Amino acid sequence: MKKNIILAGVGGQGILSIATVIGEAALAEGLYLKQAEVHGMSQRGGDVQSNLRLSSDPIMSDLIEKGDVDLIISLEPMEALRYVSYLAPDGWIVTSSVPFVNIPNYPELNEVLDHVKAFKNHVLLDVEALAKEAGAPQQAANMVLLGAAIPMLGIDHDKMIAGVQRVFARKGEAVVATNVAAVEAGYAASKH
Amino acid sequence: MKHLLLGDEAIAQGALDAGLSGVYAYPGTPSTEITEYIQMQNAKGKVQESVFCRWATNEKTAMEAALGMSYMGKRALVCMKHVGMNVCADAFMNSAITGVNGGLVVVAADDPSMHSSQNEQDSRFYGKFAMIPTIEPSNQQEAYSMTQAAFDLSEKMHTPVLLRVTTRMAHSRAVVETTDSPRKQNGKSMPENVQHFILLPAFAKKNYAELVAAQSEFVRLSETCGMNRYVKGMRPERGILTCGIAYNYLMEVLHHKDANEWRDASVLKVTQYPLPKTMIEQMVKDGAKEIMVIEEGQPVVEELLRGMVPSSVAVTGRLTGALPRMGELSPDCVRTALGMKTLETPEVDSLVVSRPPALCQGCGHRDMYAALNEVAREYAEPRIFGDIGCYTLGALSPFHAIHACVEMGASVTMAKGAADAGQHPSIAVIGDSTFTHSGITGLLDCVNSNANVVVLISDNLTTGMTGGQDSAGTGRLEQICYGVGVEKEHVRVVVPLPKNMEEIKQVLREEIDYKGTSVVIARRECIQTLKRHLKQAKK
Repeated sequence: MKKNIILAGVGGQGILSIATVIGEAALAEGLYLKQAEVHGMSQRGGDVQSNLRLSSDPIMSDLIEKGDVDLIISLEPMEALRYVSYLAPDGWIVTSSVPFVNIPNYPELNEVLDHVKAFKNHVLLDVEALAKEAGAPQQAANMVLLGAAIPMLGIDHDKMIAGVQRVFARKGEAVVATNVAAVEAGYAASKH
Repeated sequence: MKHLLLGDEAIAQGALDAGLSGVYAYPGTPSTEITEYIQMQNAKGKVQESVFCRWATNEKTAMEAALGMSYMGKRALVCMKHVGMNVCADAFMNSAITGVNGGLVVVAADDPSMHSSQNEQDSRFYGKFAMIPTIEPSNQQEAYSMTQAAFDLSEKMHTPVLLRVTTRMAHSRAVVETTDSPRKQNGKSMPENVQHFILLPAFAKKNYAELVAAQSEFVRLSETCGMNRYVKGMRPERGILTCGIAYNYLMEVLHHKDANEWRDASVLKVTQYPLPKTMIEQMVKDGAKEIMVIEEGQPVVEELLRGMVPSSVAVTGRLTGALPRMGELSPDCVRTALGMKTLETPEVDSLVVSRPPALCQGCGHRDMYAALNEVAREYAEPRIFGDIGCYTLGALSPFHAIHACVEMGASVTMAKGAADAGQHPSIAVIGDSTFTHSGITGLLDCVNSNANVVVLISDNLTTGMTGGQDSAGTGRLEQICYGVGVEKEHVRVVVPLPKNMEEIKQVLREEIDYKGTSVVIARRECIQTLKRHLKQAKK
């Protein structure tokens, strides 16, 4: 098993929380893991990404080669497109459809969404609306996105849910329940 | 025990398990998490014995305090980003002459590609400059175990040891296996020969001769320590010398199914410097006609290697264009250097535009710049000298407020120099933490010649850019300015909020028009630390 994942978004959106849950589940599975993160200046509202690699064999590089990315998980649609030149030909894009507009020259949203849809393997979801429907706060939108990516992760649904439970356990049962609901909502909407 | 750790955290845990007594550091990306991790473990009581871990005012005070702890026989760690090495260079270089008593390890975290920095200098030059051993781990497990090895080496050879990492090593996470039996801290012990620490010329000459004499032993240790590995290939006419994180990229590419004949090259992985001479000679003896040097940062090894191998051996790397001259490496550029085709991949998307970082909404620096820009426009040719911190982002849209930014503290003294040259208004913008780091001495220079400058300290009560660490002068900035000699009536304090705009502008105008040195402190808590504090208060 080998999965190369790019997690993308805008500084402050919470991509590292997604990585934490995947990492928790992957380690419980006995997988090797490497995760290159971005800290520092770009966290101030700039574009951020994290290279997350999971494998049943030891992993060498902390960075993924261009053309070797199996999955882009993005909390923002233009940010998903930023990394398509790393995607393997049969790779997947799982992204939020909600734009984060903090620049004056943000491209036409419909065009951005069309570019995402042009990829054969894509999941495009309004994760904020889904979080709301699931009774979770807006901050749990990243967990909806994580749920939508579960079918492409190579880790069982139940094991991912267990990972969510362990990560949020110290915040109390209510927080665990809303985050699990958010993940389930994303998983159901992903339909794969 | 197994832990999922950042490279920085692995260094920190390695130092704790090596019996660390004190960490001394000023925050700087990508080194900050080393000290933060030790602070966290110390606060949680997850250390055998309490460790000193309060932030230092700057890298020089950090280095000197660490040398003092080492003097007393205890183990000390100093951490900084690469440019911090410049700040502590005097203390660092001379610690090589004094040597150490307790183990002393200096961590320099380099930032090739300048993700969060103003240059991409390579700290391995400092290791060579000071003539001390340098260790460069390739992965998180090595970062952990080699930090311990660095302390051992330091105590064995009575020398400071430089541990060099780069951004990707510092900020990449993997599982690290740690020891169940950490080492105890050293007890107090005085140096055997106190003259080692008194650098009078007569003593220093003797110490320096000892350091020079130790060089061959440092090389021998590089050859025998087991951390440098040479593997003769099936096609030894090709050789690769690689170090640090670059080793991972090489292995990634060579293990790919489309790897070419470089797969059979001889490979020398260098982890400990000075370079292991006999291993390089062996590679040449084994028939190497070309040695490609794959190293993160500047072409340090590539330059050295040219003087170590016969001229018939071609040395390639960043200097020859085999690899990019600047910027951090990636598996992709290593692939290209080895002559392998890039993998098939979609085109770069045409819609994507850049999304530069920006000051947070609600940040006090924003209101400070809004007022400053309006006032500056009232003068024919204002010059505003910026400094290092979040507020450097004032250079970008929508503010375009600053006309210079060089290094920590330069705003104050460059504004002074410009005023000396006849510039008016000459304004420095500096954060509170940067001011205490390196601005105070510059302000004293201003006072001594009553330079016609306004020093605007944008005080957010924290070290913001690196995530909100304690700032050395919080609550005492006015007293510091009075103490330096700025006249009391020209130390003004404003609160940067939109509702205070007119007042701030008026204060700025008055101090610009005052012919002498004045300080305006714009004080409001960082919006990020404020959120954190409110959350804690709710709990």
